[in-house]
Amino acid sequence: MPSLPRTEVDEIAFLARLHLDEAELVAMETDLGAILETFGALAAVDTQGVPPMTHAVPEDSLLRADVVGRSLPVDEALAMAPRRHGDVLVVPAIITAGSGIDS
Amino acid sequence: MTGAAGVVETARQIVAGEVTATALVARLYARIAEVDSELGAFLALDEAGAHAAAHELDRKRAAGIPLGPLGGVPIALKDNLVTRGIATTAGSKILDRWIPPYDATVVTRLRNAGAILVGKTNMDEFGMGSSTERSAFWPTRNPWNPARVPGGSSGGSAAAVSAELCAAALGTDTGGSIRQPAAFCGVVGIKPTYGRVSRYGVIAYASSLDQVGTFGRTVADAALVLQAISGHDPRDATSVMAPVPDLADLATAEADVQGLRVGRPREYYGEGLEPEVRAALERTATALVERGATLVDVDLPHTALALPVYYLIAPAEASSNLARYDGVRYGLRADAADLLDMYRRTRGEGFGPEVKRRVMLGTYALRSGYYDAYYRKAQQVRALIKRDFDEAFGRCDVLLTPTTPTAAFAFGSRPTPLEMYAGDVYTLACNLAGLPGASVPCGLTADGLPIGAQVLARPLDEVTLVRAARAIEAAVGLAGRRPHVAEVSA
Repeated sequence: MPSLPRTEVDEIAFLARLHLDEAELVAMETDLGAILETFGALAAVDTQGVPPMTHAVPEDSLLRADVVGRSLPVDEALAMAPRRHGDVLVVPAIITAGSGIDS
Repeated sequence: MTGAAGVVETARQIVAGEVTATALVARLYARIAEVDSELGAFLALDEAGAHAAAHELDRKRAAGIPLGPLGGVPIALKDNLVTRGIATTAGSKILDRWIPPYDATVVTRLRNAGAILVGKTNMDEFGMGSSTERSAFWPTRNPWNPARVPGGSSGGSAAAVSAELCAAALGTDTGGSIRQPAAFCGVVGIKPTYGRVSRYGVIAYASSLDQVGTFGRTVADAALVLQAISGHDPRDATSVMAPVPDLADLATAEADVQGLRVGRPREYYGEGLEPEVRAALERTATALVERGATLVDVDLPHTALALPVYYLIAPAEASSNLARYDGVRYGLRADAADLLDMYRRTRGEGFGPEVKRRVMLGTYALRSGYYDAYYRKAQQVRALIKRDFDEAFGRCDVLLTPTTPTAAFAFGSRPTPLEMYAGDVYTLACNLAGLPGASVPCGLTADGLPIGAQVLARPLDEVTLVRAARAIEAAVGLAGRRPHVAEVSA
């Protein structure tokens, strides 16, 4: 059974913004390795000159009238926010001490 | 406590004054209380909302005001359809206790048609699964045999309809998530053409494949609800402008397949198909011929590639769609010292194993330098799969296939991801090509488990789809047999 190297699993998890514990990392190595192997069947298909199909229906860009419509009141939109201050969302610091960036 | 009647029958009873909506709702929730502790079909119930809607319907009827085509009909909603003021989780811990501030377009349309919304049904997390074993909350049991899965991802909706806890239900189908549970639970499931129904307010999994559809115990029931939710929506740019066909009259008319050319793709009847399922499909084909249809053997040569194409495209789109769950605006937030760590911990704690796996797969495929080899290649093969169907539909009007290679499997019997994915082999290509498809019960196994026949039709040809489905229902169906749960009475 092929497995995905740990360095790649770590890199993908970082790009996906996903914290995985050690057991999950081990499982990803084997599960992703096995699934990626099945994708190999696609490489053998001749797709020369075949345009990629991005959607099931031909997509025409739709434009609506340029008028202001009714939208969700701010209070309702923010009602389920984990933390807010007035009309803004509060999140932990983006730049922390020792990040090397002068604030 | 008897089960809920079907859509057509309930609407008739309400209009005729044989039952009030208020009495119907009281009876329905008593039955749910009796049955659903064993079944686990519902994640949330809206009893107060249903009573209020019923009261309003009874008031309207007394005043002589028209009730709408689904007046008083109790309908359940898969929990990835957002409902204003009612918790919506998509089967995920990351949305636990989230209360949406708006209704999905399909929900608004059901309300406007007079339907009573019963509650939210269980599902595999974000639609990623084929058994409801991937729900973050609990698995739903199959009403025909509690040791078996109901299928997924819309397993709660299929089980609720099968056990007569509602007249009909909505589900979503990205790779078979309506048709497969419909087959496993012995009900009718219709996935319409991509774009036929608005996706506004549908919690996104894979946007180029996701489509809302319906479950009913009869084709007429599923078609009537489908008609009510279909049609262009200015809030969904991918919803098509085409007029909605009249399915209501068609679905209740005499089943007629005289002259219909029924294609049987060889690739759907090969290795891996269980003998009992194959035999049921043979009987179905024979019954259609006896009613005037002709059989045509066709080839869909890229069928085997639908599995890898789907498991590249769907996770790629999912990895992008699920980036929104970051703990900032709504849903779960994990404690962390800085923003990046908050994203990682929130997603690590909030997502289940299958969602993590697909987010990882999608991220892998979309990575810089890998895009052409994986995602673009999959989209090209997707075009070839679509081309196969276009050619086949030059020779036939519908395709008849098994919905699944086997009947409902036992809990825990497909432990690895690849074993689980392999069961989706007959349903995936329909989504990749954007076709309308339906699963109709066509018999039982020796163990008493339902078998589903899948019908696929040309894009936007739901009329022929429903016509063929009606004929299968009339010719084979389940001959009045019901799951043991539906036969429970107090």
